Amino acid sequence: MFAYRKPLLMTAVSLALLSQAASAEDQFFPITSYRVGPYGANGQSFYGGFVDYLNYVNLKDGGINGVKLVWEECETEYNNAKGVECYERMKAKAKVSTGPIHTMSTGVAYALIDKATEDKIPLAMMGYGRTDAVDGSVFPYAFPLVTTYQMQASAILKFIKDKEKGSLDGKKIVFLYHDSAYGKEPIVALQEEAKLNKFTLIQIPVAHPGNEQSAQWLKIRQENPDYVIFWGWGVMNQTALKAAQKVGFAREKMIGSWWAGSEEDTVPAGDAAKGYMAATWNVAGKDVPLIADIEKVVYGAGKGDLQDKTKLGTILYNRGVSAAVLSVEALRGAQAKYGKGKPVNGEQVRWALENLNITDARLKEIGAVNLLPPIKTSCTNHEGSGMVKIQQWDGAKWVPVSGWIEGNKELIHPLFKTSAQQYAKEKNITPRDCAKES
Amino acid sequence: MRFFLEVLISGLLSGVMYSLVALGFVLIYKASGVFNFAQGAMVYLAALSVVGCMEKGVPLWLAIILAFIIMTLFGIATEKFVLRKLVNQPPITLFMATIGLAFFIEGLAPMVFGSDPRALDIGIVDEPIEAILNSWGMVISKFDLVAAAIAALLVTTLALFFQYTRIGRALRAVADDHQAALSIGIPLQHIWAIVWGVAGFVALVAGMLWGARNGVQFALTFTALKALPVLIIGGFTSVPGAIVGGLIIGASEKLAEIYLPPLMESAFGGNFGGIEGWFPYVLALGFLLIRPEGLFGEKHIDRV
Repeated sequence: MFAYRKPLLMTAVSLALLSQAASAEDQFFPITSYRVGPYGANGQSFYGGFVDYLNYVNLKDGGINGVKLVWEECETEYNNAKGVECYERMKAKAKVSTGPIHTMSTGVAYALIDKATEDKIPLAMMGYGRTDAVDGSVFPYAFPLVTTYQMQASAILKFIKDKEKGSLDGKKIVFLYHDSAYGKEPIVALQEEAKLNKFTLIQIPVAHPGNEQSAQWLKIRQENPDYVIFWGWGVMNQTALKAAQKVGFAREKMIGSWWAGSEEDTVPAGDAAKGYMAATWNVAGKDVPLIADIEKVVYGAGKGDLQDKTKLGTILYNRGVSAAVLSVEALRGAQAKYGKGKPVNGEQVRWALENLNITDARLKEIGAVNLLPPIKTSCTNHEGSGMVKIQQWDGAKWVPVSGWIEGNKELIHPLFKTSAQQYAKEKNITPRDCAKES
Repeated sequence: MRFFLEVLISGLLSGVMYSLVALGFVLIYKASGVFNFAQGAMVYLAALSVVGCMEKGVPLWLAIILAFIIMTLFGIATEKFVLRKLVNQPPITLFMATIGLAFFIEGLAPMVFGSDPRALDIGIVDEPIEAILNSWGMVISKFDLVAAAIAALLVTTLALFFQYTRIGRALRAVADDHQAALSIGIPLQHIWAIVWGVAGFVALVAGMLWGARNGVQFALTFTALKALPVLIIGGFTSVPGAIVGGLIIGASEKLAEIYLPPLMESAFGGNFGGIEGWFPYVLALGFLLIRPEGLFGEKHIDRV
């Protein structure tokens, strides 16, 4: 009657995959995933998309230049200690050949940065993680690819500014945030933007887990801001949308971060979510050619990873595909430099991640044009894009309401540099000379 | 003043939502003298049962009945497979068993019904009452008022049940001393099965209201977080205490969230907030120092 067979099947499949030994000719991917536990629903979509793309490359092209992709999943339950345990379990294999590790967790990423650097295994932290790792001179093995919290906040302000006919002067903006490292990261950027654009910034923290926000929203009602920028996570997102409805704050004036902009965030809030906007670095929908082709090739062959196929094309599924696209492109780049048709190791993948150049033309070849922004990384810029789109929930689906918007790099990137230098000083790290890196 | 009243009323109504969860703890504690760590997980299981059944095309009213049956069966199974083996064991053993039970439910429930966060529409919109908003400029939610009415009804029923029925008196006897209760012929197994069934019903009510408010998802297990300070203040053995404790916690944490940060900022500089995460526990700690049994709890006296 119910869904118990699927998790059992998933467990059986996972065990089968675990037993799938990577041969010396295969390219190994260590995957620290979370498909159960408090945020399991998010992980199922993201890692479903990630694994589907790896399968797609194997089925469609026979791997990368003939090198088959193999992977091993280890369940972290979004728990830092388990994340480290998983890493330790898989690192012996990853030292032979590896794709970048996507923890999808700032906490796990923080816990692994030093270890991964020592082991020469690259970490990809797309839109999260330690954001000052944008400065590759201090963080050679950490890649906060695509965008960071700070650049995202800056891009949201640019969107608001455009709506306000080019000026934020005299406006009042509330920053409602999860009272954690994740929520606090954009504050410095917002403060700098407030000085530059002359708006009033009001910061309102919400204690974890955020399932009660009536006091915060009464305060927002009293302040009567022009906009609310919202940095929520998990149940905090639905609670905020419902609370906004309760105090009569227009959802069209509320813009969330990409952790607060998936179907998992809006569907449970029902009508209260209609009109709400959120930033995203990838779009939703099955009409993206690559997503449609994955459905045809992978699901057509009965090898799809999703238990619930309705998740195909959702924000988090497409984000998983996007993460896998970037990882595979890095492997292609590494093979192009170090030898086609051979698996590549962490050091080689690190070089490739630092020299990514995924143009619109390349995205078009993959079928992913407009799925994610073009990316060009370097030693001094491990982010590579800094662009997001703003999307709006129409009651049933996310609809993009802007093109790609880049945050104020001139304002934000020096903040990363300062923070990275501080880190280097604390850890006694001598930064690389990026001018000498090719 | 209007804003102060608005925050106070909103806090009191939030407190009622905490009380609904705390009630489940009180019931189990009264009957078995154990703090049921699994109550939050039971709230999750109950709400998930409702939406899980509804997804199969079952109407809401029938889904509630089915969920109640599931919770009752769960209660009976808990008594048969967990508690029966632990009669006369120290309370800490029973407590540890409930920790295991919590993990079991948290794994089993999403495995059976799926883990996606889902909306639960019980037909009450969480919007301000227009008349109050227009006349007084205050936001009082219809949903919160309905929740308060349901809580009041539950408490009255449960208080009467414990005070004036044979089963209620038997429950209290069992709570005082398992062995003594057994020796005078009280069927301990039946009593525990009944009380776990009733706690399951309370979890169902709490789960539906919290689920309708924030969505049905794993985070419903977190609702238990605020129940602990509520119980410390109200007393672990008092049904009305759960309500009073909830009201005190709800009102004080909301007032603290609004009025403490400016004072702290002027004293220490920086930006403060998120106080309601820790304030209830500090308040409960204060109560523990002054009145360890809580406002309505039974004073525990050991004869030497």
